[in-house]
Amino acid sequence: MIVDLPTLVTIVAMAVVTYATRISGLALGDRLKLGPRAKAAVDAIPPAVLVAVIAPSLLATGWRETSASAITIAAATRLPLIGTVAVGVATIVLLRHVVPG
Amino acid sequence: MRPSGMSAGTSRSEALEGVVDIAPAAIAAVPIGLLFGALAASKGLSIAEVALMSALVCAGGAQFAIIELWTYPLAIGTLVASTALINLRHILMGASLAPKTGAFRPWQRLLTFYALVDETWAFGERRATARPLTPAYFGAMGATLWINWVTCSTLGAAAGSLLGDPRSIGADFAFTALFIGIVAALWRGRSTAVPVIAAAVAGALCYRLVGSPWHVMAGAAAGIAGAALAWRPDEAR
Repeated sequence: MIVDLPTLVTIVAMAVVTYATRISGLALGDRLKLGPRAKAAVDAIPPAVLVAVIAPSLLATGWRETSASAITIAAATRLPLIGTVAVGVATIVLLRHVVPG
Repeated sequence: MRPSGMSAGTSRSEALEGVVDIAPAAIAAVPIGLLFGALAASKGLSIAEVALMSALVCAGGAQFAIIELWTYPLAIGTLVASTALINLRHILMGASLAPKTGAFRPWQRLLTFYALVDETWAFGERRATARPLTPAYFGAMGATLWINWVTCSTLGAAAGSLLGDPRSIGADFAFTALFIGIVAALWRGRSTAVPVIAAAVAGALCYRLVGSPWHVMAGAAAGIAGAALAWRPDEAR
């Protein structure tokens, strides 16, 4: 049961900023009025950040990762989350096994 | 002691209803928590560190995103900034729920909003349309999800640390697949397509030209800007 110091600092800082986002809405309450364009930008944050994180794997790692991503996207249109993950992982393992290197 | 209509008995039944309402979301989060723990262990976190992160941060989307970026030595600034960015939506959720917490004492607001996550927010909003939201109901939902998330991710870390090389079982790609699945669940048509494509292209370009972890900020900025620029007044929102 080891907790490394930089890891602890990172986790605590993550916790502080997360809790701040959770309670600052309480302080704002009804006063927060975003225009529709600003609201669209804020709504786009979660998908934009998630896609930005995986962009290297989607487009800039190799043809296997890009192909597996395309198959996973197709799976995501019809399967629940866990099914999508299973299809994605099975595809990449298969591609790496069939065409190693 | 308590306002009328808030006796211990009703608090108990409110809490029970909260647990029952949130149970399907908690069950759905079991494999997600196990997966998070296993991936975190594959990145070098100890079981204690995984438990601590889930207990203190308790934000699945942000935890998955930063674990993908987790390499030693830690880029603490990027990890914390990414966490903040992904969790900015809590501000909007909290602001919308705040006027419905009239039955909460200040400390009850501060305590129960610790577990303000997408699911508790959605059920809290739904509850408030039918009857006053109580701290017992909202707090019981939060506590259920929190215990579930900490337990499952810790178990996942314990199991994952036994699995060995994550690449051989495709665990490195599990993030990509998981995020594709989450984005599909958030999909709202054109208003999602524009930021997603902008984030993917800008993120990949920045990754090639500048390097990790800058692709996260570049992709996120491109996606957010794309959404703002592409917004049209006729969009049904």
